[in-house]
Amino acid sequence: MKKTLICAVLVLAMAASAFGASFKIGGTGPLTGGAAIYGNAAKNGAELAVEEINAMDGTVKFEIRYEDDTHDAEKAVNAYNALKDWGMQISLGSVTSKPAEATAAENFADRIFALTPSASSAAVTEGKDNVFQMCFVDPNQGTASAQYIASKGLAKKVAVIWKNDDVYSKGVYDTFMENAPKQGLEVVSDTAFADGNDTDFSVQLTDAQTKGAELVFLPMYYQPASLILAQAQAMGYAPKWFGIDGMDGILTMEGFDKSLAEGVMLLTPFNADATDAKTKSFVAKYQEKFGEVPNQFAADGYDCVYAYKEALELAKATPDMSAEEICAKMIEQFTTMTFNGVTGENVKWAANGEVSKDPKGMVIKNGAYVGLD
Amino acid sequence: MTMRRLINLKRVEARRIYLTYFIVIAAYVICQTMSSTKFLSSSMRGMLVPICAYMVMAISLNLVVGISGELSLGHAGFMSVGAFSGVATAILLQKVLPFAPARLAIAMIVAAIFAAIAGFLIGIPVLRLKGDYLAIVTLAFGEIIKSLLNNFYFGVDSGGLHFSMLTDTTRLLKGGRLIIRGPMGISGIQKIATFPAGFILVMIALMVVFNLVNSRSGRAFMAIRDDRIAAESIGLDITKYKMMAFVTSAALAGAAGALFAMNYSTIVANKFDFNTSILILVFVVLGGQGNMLGGIIAAAVLTILPEKLRQFSEYRMLLYAVVLIVMMLATNNAEIKYFLSRLNPFRRKEEAE
Repeated sequence: MKKTLICAVLVLAMAASAFGASFKIGGTGPLTGGAAIYGNAAKNGAELAVEEINAMDGTVKFEIRYEDDTHDAEKAVNAYNALKDWGMQISLGSVTSKPAEATAAENFADRIFALTPSASSAAVTEGKDNVFQMCFVDPNQGTASAQYIASKGLAKKVAVIWKNDDVYSKGVYDTFMENAPKQGLEVVSDTAFADGNDTDFSVQLTDAQTKGAELVFLPMYYQPASLILAQAQAMGYAPKWFGIDGMDGILTMEGFDKSLAEGVMLLTPFNADATDAKTKSFVAKYQEKFGEVPNQFAADGYDCVYAYKEALELAKATPDMSAEEICAKMIEQFTTMTFNGVTGENVKWAANGEVSKDPKGMVIKNGAYVGLD
Repeated sequence: MTMRRLINLKRVEARRIYLTYFIVIAAYVICQTMSSTKFLSSSMRGMLVPICAYMVMAISLNLVVGISGELSLGHAGFMSVGAFSGVATAILLQKVLPFAPARLAIAMIVAAIFAAIAGFLIGIPVLRLKGDYLAIVTLAFGEIIKSLLNNFYFGVDSGGLHFSMLTDTTRLLKGGRLIIRGPMGISGIQKIATFPAGFILVMIALMVVFNLVNSRSGRAFMAIRDDRIAAESIGLDITKYKMMAFVTSAALAGAAGALFAMNYSTIVANKFDFNTSILILVFVVLGGQGNMLGGIIAAAVLTILPEKLRQFSEYRMLLYAVVLIVMMLATNNAEIKYFLSRLNPFRRKEEAE
């Protein structure tokens, strides 16, 4: 008796989801904990896009749900499974790299298409035909940073401080070190830190200072970076600072003195100061809704949903299709279509899921991001 | 042999052991049927293997904390040694041994051996200490293992195995594979851990621990725990028995680590940090020190609980903490304990006897 009841409920639930007029889109990200700024930004960006799209009178409508993974692979798989129970048809993968690696394997096994806004490790897409990225892969960021520093003549002597127990930092560091000499940069100081000793950077900064580095490259997330900036100022060391997309978010960090970040350069695909109509509208709406300037993660989340919209329209997919059917169509679309979003024009994807778009150099001026070029 | 020993045990004790086996088997049968008939949600299905791994962690730590009475705060360290050595073994065997369950079994055995070696090496200096000092030193060793693994590179190519520390100097030949990549851990793991394998591991862990506890050595553990000086005065070799408990516990934790790691496609050393050690200690303390069944149940409940609280989004961890405090208070409340003991059918018979 009970069994038949449960069956009936399940059938009803399935029927309801099949006839629902919207695609169920799910993602995991760190909504709490140390990396929460990234997770919440991506979530906000994606939700804003869903809101906009649902207000349009197009054929594609979305229902979105984000689950917390606290930047942990085990929790991310749990969150992913919770989304699967909810009936997720297309996925936004995970926001950070290591959890995304774990969920991408699940995506691959379950044939649920994933487009991650910001998980940049190469292992996320490796060997999986249905996992795509909206951001650059880590190795590309290292190469692009070295090229950018050299081609703009920002410095000759460079110091690198990196986090040697972090996938993201290590990925960028490796390719930066490989490419810096090729670009004529001299890496005079190469120091690392790890979880647990990430509060005192005097050793690393003194090393960079005594060896005469004109520019310090910081391939890391914004939290340790904020401490490095504060401690460098306290010891009177003022080199040029160069970060990557993980640095994005430093201005919205609670309790951070924005004047410390003055003049910090970073390479990111998104510039909130850009004057094109798309970016302007996105920034204005985001500010109105969430009360802060969107960072790159928010822009990536926003673009992901719009890319899905475009692909689903092109593929003429309908919400009653199974995740597997949608997955096959999405693979076809994403490898052929060209997308224009706030994080780049003429964005294309390779068959391995990597994106190709141009990074933009940014500098922090008067507490805001300004384009370098 | 096991049977005879169990019969000789105090009957209450034997009943408790059989009850534990029975509950574990019953829980397995129920979960397995529900899982195969798709009545279990994906969310629950996904947690079955990690729960088994955490149960084994709880059982093994209970041997050190509950039975031999030493507070170890670095148990996740052994789990990570097992996870990394086990996964590396499984990857190396991938081509030679296509049959996944056999590969998993060998990986877990290798993991247990490596973790046991680590346990032995760490045990030499650590077990000379006692009480708070021992706790702090185990904590430090847990962190040391994490740091070492974060700087360890291990690869394989046609020329054999290559190791390096700090930076990747393995210089693998073409077609080689860098298996452990320092802070990036291991990626692209084949997910071969299964729920039946997890169940078998839990049963093995229970048998090992119950047999050990109810042996001559087990009684020595408890004698040392209850009064170290008295135990020493009757000629018990304190270091030997402590080492025995510590190494057994490390080996079981290693096997659990391998099982856990092979349930995910990726693993990093940072996963097995101080927080994980404390989490396992919480299982043991909540379940009752020395109480294997309690530890098992606590491991299952505390793994499922945060997932069931997902609907509360940001307040999830706050609620988790509140529930944890309430559970700790409730399980230590004399009246509730008395009430529970009245519910226990075996306990009542014991009173009648």
